[in-house]
Amino acid sequence: MNLRHIERSTWIYIAFALLLFIVPFLFTGRSMLFMIMQVFIFGIFAMSYDLLLGYTGIISFGHAMFFGIGAYSAAIVMDLNDSTLLSLAAGVLVAVIIAAIVSFIAGILTLRLKSHFYAMLTLALAGLFLVAAEKWTSLTGGGEGFTFRLPEFLRDSGTMYMICLISLVVFFFGLRRFTKSPLGKVLVAIRENENRTESLGFQVLHYKVIVSVIAGVIASFAGVLYVLSLRFIDTSVFAVDVTLDALLMTIIGGVGTLIGPLIGAGLVEFAHHWLSDLADVHWIFERWIILYGIVYILAVIFFPLGIAGTIQSKFSNRVTKGLFKK
Amino acid sequence: MTAILETKDLAIAFGGHTAVDHISVQIPEKKFTSIIGPNGAGKTTLFNLLSGQLSPTNGQILYKDQDITKLSTTKRTRLGIGRSFQITNVFPNLTVLENVRLAVQSQAKVRYQMLAHFKYYKQFEAKAMELLERVFLDAKAELRAVNLAHGEKRKLEMAMLLALDTEVLLLDEPTAGMSLEEVPAIIEVIKKIKEEEDRTIVLIEHKIDMIMDLSDEVLVLFHGELLAKGTPEEIIENETVQSAYLGGMYDEQLA
Repeated sequence: MNLRHIERSTWIYIAFALLLFIVPFLFTGRSMLFMIMQVFIFGIFAMSYDLLLGYTGIISFGHAMFFGIGAYSAAIVMDLNDSTLLSLAAGVLVAVIIAAIVSFIAGILTLRLKSHFYAMLTLALAGLFLVAAEKWTSLTGGGEGFTFRLPEFLRDSGTMYMICLISLVVFFFGLRRFTKSPLGKVLVAIRENENRTESLGFQVLHYKVIVSVIAGVIASFAGVLYVLSLRFIDTSVFAVDVTLDALLMTIIGGVGTLIGPLIGAGLVEFAHHWLSDLADVHWIFERWIILYGIVYILAVIFFPLGIAGTIQSKFSNRVTKGLFKK
Repeated sequence: MTAILETKDLAIAFGGHTAVDHISVQIPEKKFTSIIGPNGAGKTTLFNLLSGQLSPTNGQILYKDQDITKLSTTKRTRLGIGRSFQITNVFPNLTVLENVRLAVQSQAKVRYQMLAHFKYYKQFEAKAMELLERVFLDAKAELRAVNLAHGEKRKLEMAMLLALDTEVLLLDEPTAGMSLEEVPAIIEVIKKIKEEEDRTIVLIEHKIDMIMDLSDEVLVLFHGELLAKGTPEEIIENETVQSAYLGGMYDEQLA
């Protein structure tokens, strides 16, 4: 393998990933590890959301549905069978298959229309799954949810941390390659000008369905990790909040980048944690979502590229070049 | 003469207004056909029907004797009908090079490759650069398309169309909005395609001298109808065209 062809940014990401691998040896605090795990899990989820929003320009209001499908599939399969590695693998498989089917159907039904139809349908479907999870109590335990047992080796939080980190690294580099592939370039073209992409001879619907399925499957995998880290499930995984979190992470971190959603996930998760701690000082911190609303509006107005997007445009110098070197 | 594109009784109405009014015409293969007519005559609408942006309310479109009336824009492009747009229609936030490269990629049929890195397709970039040189835009390859001047965007349109390498080129006012210094260069590009490549070119233009110089055949549209058809010389001498086209223009100006 010729290492000279690897981009410099790749080395930076690899170095950062390696750094994260030694974190469990530095922090022994269980809650700290759990926090970082949540960042990884929601990072994966937000990256899958950004594939739709940032890369292809598809708006989804029901991305939580895939997260929830993953979470419930894994939990139910593990609950019904004995807690072995085999049933975990079966759970992941079921999660991925259901998410693929649902995202395929949602995509085929609405993506040939204008984007808000997809937003509406996913919102409706996510609501449907939420109701199903509440009412189908024999399977889902209803609103109270249920706990389940994990295979022996996953009960150690260090192991769980490593699994989440490895998943994150695999998805990050996998998606990075995906977005830099010829197909990834067409996705960006669709975001920029759908009409023109069509007249260049690309079948736009195919691309949208492909990206919808990939985003759905990855989101469901994030859901599986989430439920494994909690060892408990309830209907909150289908809540609109989960989608809004992904939206917020993506917007603050930087739409149309992969590192952006990860940065966003880190900020949102940690801010959530610390702000809730400040609730003793003033009640407003209990309602941290209000603050996020303000941050969100400010970000969209003054910081539309997000953190990663702003840094990137500074580095690549593309914008300034365009303005001054006409 | 064999016709590569043919319309049969083609019509489209927007509400009560018939923009293209039952036009039956044959576009000869490997010839240069121009379409003229005053503003609002239905020239661009006819292009939109031919390329699939709009679907007709009546009639048929044949390409190489195959009925393509119901085919999507994508399919028609793949069959070999490429077009450029009068109102500039590019990917604003991509670089000039990326714009053309997408068209090259489509032409090379690398459509669903999602695992290989783009840098393994160096030939796309080389081809795109070559096309940019042809339209004198290579110096601006790294600029974002949104930052181009209007005339440069028209050149970019041209490069993207050429990248598709289609048998039929539908050119919708390629020189519209260009500065006077830029126009001769683009006419040269079009001339070169006509002389050196075996393509069917259909051109919409207002510049009469350009049309007289390049065309094998001229179609005159007026209020959505096909008013006349013939060689440039015939059209110049055609009295109906003179009174309707010129008269119509004067009427419009007086009104």
